[in-house]
Amino acid sequence: MKLLHLIFIEILQVLIVIFAAPAFVGWVDMLKCWSQGRTSAGVMQQYRNIAKLFVKDVVMANNASWIFRFTPYLVFSTGVMVASVIPIISTNLFLAPSADIIVLIGIFATARFFIALASLDIGTAFGGMGASREMMIASLTEPAMLMAIFTVSLTGGSTSLLHIVRAFTSGVVVVRPSIMFASIAFALVVIAEAGRVPVDNPSTHLELTMVHEAMILEYSGRHLALIEWGAMIKFFLFVTLGIACFLPWGIAATDDLVSIVISVFLMVVKLIVAGSVLVLIETGMAKMRLFRLTEFLGAAFLMSTLGLIFFFILE
Amino acid sequence: MNLQLLAQINSFLAALVLLSAFAMLSQRKINGLVTLFAWQGLFLSINTAVVGYVAAKHHLYISSLLTLSIKVILLPYILHVLVVRLKIKKEMETIVNIPTMMMIGIALVLFSYKLTAPVREMSTLITRSTLAVALATVMIGLLMMITRKHAVTQIIGFLAMENGLFFAATSATYGMPLVVELGVALDVLIAAFIFGIFFFQISTTFDSLSVKQMESLREDN
Amino acid sequence: MISPIELSTFSVVAFIIPILFVILIGNNRRLLICISFSVSALACLINVVSGIMAVAFGKTEHVILPIGLPSLPFHLRLDPLSGFFLFVIGLLSFFVSIYSIGYVSGLAGDKPIKRLIVFYNIFIAAMIMVCLADDALIFLVAWEVMAAASYFLVMFEDGRSENRRAAYLYMVMAHIGAVLILLSFGVMAGFSTGFEGYTFDAMREANLPLKWATVAFLLSFFGFSAKAGVIPMHVWLPEAHPVAPSNVSALMSGVMLKTAIYGIIRITFDIIKVFPWWWGAMALAFGLVSAVMGVLFALMQHDLKKLLAYHSVENIGIILIGIGLSMIFTSFHLPIMAALALIAGLYHTMNHAMFKGLLFMGAGAVINATHERNMDEMGGLIHLMPWTSSFFLVGCISISALPPFNGFVSEWLTFQAFLLSPSMPIPLMKLLIPLGAALLALTGALAAACFVKVYGVIFLGNWRGHNHPVVTEAAWSMRIGMMLTALTCLCLGILPTIIIDLMDSISERLVHAKLSSSSGIYGWMWLTPIDPERASYSGPLVFIGIIAVCAITYFMLHVKPGKVTRVPVWDCGFQKLTPKMQYTAVSFAMPFRRIFGFLFDIKEQVWMSPQQGHCAFPVKTNYYLRVRDRFWGWIYRPIIDIVVLMSRKAGMLQHGRIHMYLIYSFVTIIFLLALL
Repeated sequence: MKLLHLIFIEILQVLIVIFAAPAFVGWVDMLKCWSQGRTSAGVMQQYRNIAKLFVKDVVMANNASWIFRFTPYLVFSTGVMVASVIPIISTNLFLAPSADIIVLIGIFATARFFIALASLDIGTAFGGMGASREMMIASLTEPAMLMAIFTVSLTGGSTSLLHIVRAFTSGVVVVRPSIMFASIAFALVVIAEAGRVPVDNPSTHLELTMVHEAMILEYSGRHLALIEWGAMIKFFLFVTLGIACFLPWGIAATDDLVSIVISVFLMVVKLIVAGSVLVLIETGMAKMRLFRLTEFLGAAFLMSTLGLIFFFILE
Repeated sequence: MNLQLLAQINSFLAALVLLSAFAMLSQRKINGLVTLFAWQGLFLSINTAVVGYVAAKHHLYISSLLTLSIKVILLPYILHVLVVRLKIKKEMETIVNIPTMMMIGIALVLFSYKLTAPVREMSTLITRSTLAVALATVMIGLLMMITRKHAVTQIIGFLAMENGLFFAATSATYGMPLVVELGVALDVLIAAFIFGIFFFQISTTFDSLSVKQMESLREDN
Repeated sequence: MISPIELSTFSVVAFIIPILFVILIGNNRRLLICISFSVSALACLINVVSGIMAVAFGKTEHVILPIGLPSLPFHLRLDPLSGFFLFVIGLLSFFVSIYSIGYVSGLAGDKPIKRLIVFYNIFIAAMIMVCLADDALIFLVAWEVMAAASYFLVMFEDGRSENRRAAYLYMVMAHIGAVLILLSFGVMAGFSTGFEGYTFDAMREANLPLKWATVAFLLSFFGFSAKAGVIPMHVWLPEAHPVAPSNVSALMSGVMLKTAIYGIIRITFDIIKVFPWWWGAMALAFGLVSAVMGVLFALMQHDLKKLLAYHSVENIGIILIGIGLSMIFTSFHLPIMAALALIAGLYHTMNHAMFKGLLFMGAGAVINATHERNMDEMGGLIHLMPWTSSFFLVGCISISALPPFNGFVSEWLTFQAFLLSPSMPIPLMKLLIPLGAALLALTGALAAACFVKVYGVIFLGNWRGHNHPVVTEAAWSMRIGMMLTALTCLCLGILPTIIIDLMDSISERLVHAKLSSSSGIYGWMWLTPIDPERASYSGPLVFIGIIAVCAITYFMLHVKPGKVTRVPVWDCGFQKLTPKMQYTAVSFAMPFRRIFGFLFDIKEQVWMSPQQGHCAFPVKTNYYLRVRDRFWGWIYRPIIDIVVLMSRKAGMLQHGRIHMYLIYSFVTIIFLLALL
């Protein structure tokens, strides 16, 4: 009975992530529209986009190889895999010990590797450009992300997310400068990884300004649907990873139904707030020139290093 | 309010002071630099007030108010007027590029941490761990003076160094005697006035405030 | 039951058999290649077995050979550390020997195959002897034989002058390293008592004062670093590895560099057992610099084998990071953390041997098929060489440290070792070591970027080159060699717990702590070093999970499959899309050149060739890029200049006049008589 309960929680979390990710992206888009004085298409628009893409035919270039066809499935499945590991609604996830934070960043790195390969597969110039820029941004975000995770795991005493959440929620609420700086660094890293303004504009139509979109220019039909959905799940998961590390109060520690319902409700509230903060940053800044991103990501690295230094100096 | 919470607020404000020092290091615009300097002064004055409450040294309230009025309100106003009158270009160049300066800044923080380790062991004050932050702020101010090409940024670097020294005094010995602090504050004010007068002179005589240009004044033999 | 050390010595003797074959059936090329490499493969397999037995049983065995100098016989010893390295050497050599059957047969022209076979077998036999050596004499003899054999292998195509120059540089660096190692042994033997001072056992007993122990350590560290390719002694690697035949490059990069790591571990942990923390910090610093600079150098390259050689520099750096951390933890008496760091370093040794061997084997197949070494001339090979491309992809994923393959496991273990650094007593180290972890993360991400470039430019897209050779898939034996290596990479990634359990005897002997008491608590599927509360990773579950979700998604979408239409590549209506418009290796690396270029000496020029002299109508755009190693200019060129200057001065002694030579002899005789 206990095992059945655990399996139920795990499957519930994965399904929530898969089906709530487009709504979260829809909320962010809606806020952006409002802040720019336009009428939005509604929170459900991304669902309609994905459903439309699934119905369409796939049109592929002549020289596309198996890597091109395999990558959408891989991107989607890495998102689902990581969704089963991060404590979003509960800390009683039985699949969580199979991956800690470093592993889940590695899993996302595998997905990015394959998307970059798929973009080089067709042999167009835009694909190469997207792959080259994406790998450059990824290599600059890795040190910042690792230092932020270091700081969090030093405070939580473990790299396993379950234990970090338990360590943070069980003690007294403390204002730690190290965690503050790590959270700012993590926010900057999330912007870079999920491809939002000021790193990359997800709604641009100019190929020379694209980073992530340039890699998926050749995809169509259900492949594009899977890739878009996978990107939304990745964005959602990065935000919930930040919430689990820096705002973990409310995640259910026991597995009775009431606490799970409460934690789902609190998660929705936190996501609404997180979306609003992200939209504030997005509308407040313009997309940066590609080589100015070294300063942006250098600032993220600086924040996370300062967080680590403050952990040792001030605590 | 209990001691624990106040100690955390103290550490938090120290972190913010160091953060503003780093932000000044990487700032490109002069107006932003002046604003950040004002913020640093604000964090410093709040911190002084907190330390004054903890250590029950009431003269620290007075120096907190002094810092607030001079460093947050008066000096940024003077500098802003200077910038407007001298018609200074809004962006400044640096000698070394910005990511390298941040790395050097981090190295300075680590160095000052190592340097203040013996003090940390001997001291019994609750502000002992913020001494490293203060020393780092001084050194970052000096770094700013070294790596910028524009004369106004050199004043701000000098003022940032003075901020750091003031902070060091509060962390090491719960503040200097009030007379000393009044004297230092007066000196800083006079220095700002004198700098302003000099800059007017330099600007009218040489039509430029770039330090690099001033190198060409040297004799060639 | 045959003891492992007898098996190993038998296998060394077995390597002589192919040399006999060369003499006997030298004329029938195909038969010679098949039989001699098969025998080599069998001899390597015997070594694998003996290595596994030595590590699993955890015992140490000694043999004293009757050969050697009079009253200075050779001592051999097989303990778990040697057994581990024998396993690594034997396994990769086994796969490469199978691969060589097809590769050497496919070598075009009248290359000296007999020479290749002879020196190949001597090379592997010498490496095995290095791992088995228990005294300074046979260690150095085997080390020199290994260097000499590999020199002849590098000089395989000696018709071209750059190959000769590369081999010469390799020889010089190898000898500098050997001299330093010899001096280090001399220092240690000088303090050991008795006539048997040159054996490692006597050196273990000797109590070296700290100053002399430091001298011995520094000499041996730099001596072995010259062989391992640690920066700044790496300059021979990118010259020598590309010019050797690819099976030899696979062995040199995969296992010869590891013998140097073996030397460092043997001398530091086994012979000089007690040391201060700054030795480990120095090793860590050199490891970090090698890792970051190695991968940046690799990103700038467009020659495939040179790029892979620079990646070896990077991975040796990562191994040194693990060993350096282990040394630091040992000096602070934290045995379990030292065991974790040491196991991380050794695991990466094994991983690197496997995936680097796989990558060089794939590179050999590609270069044989296309006759090009420049990546920018290739493209689209995934359609023409499907097997090679799949195995090369496994190698690329493994070296980029991506789950679920093996590169990720060793990087994860190294990160866990970094995360334990706050337990150290010195505050400054507590702050600096996490910065090292950030540099390691940067290295991993840059390596992934580099291999996206490599795989994308060689195998994907369209053919970029000017020549259009007929490209066929690699021979069967080459495919089998690569497939076995790829499967090993997968197994090492999915089943780390079992292997770490076996490797316990090594860490127990060297740092006196076992890891497996905690690493296997949840069972064989979860790797939990130190403590399951701290960190856990389940390779099989991640792998199965990803495959399962892919399969489920695929089947759900193909219940009512939509149409897949194949069309020509969309060219934005331009209709003049050529393969030249694709990204090449040089263009892919442009952002990295911009950001990290200050570390190199880069000269980039673009100029137009105008038509009929008028600059408004360019016929051709010319692009020139030269990336040079700053270390060569700062360190090597001054030393070379000084040496040449000194030898020129000394050369004035040789002027050919006979009566001057007679005066030399006269002066020497008088001097000696006066002295004595």
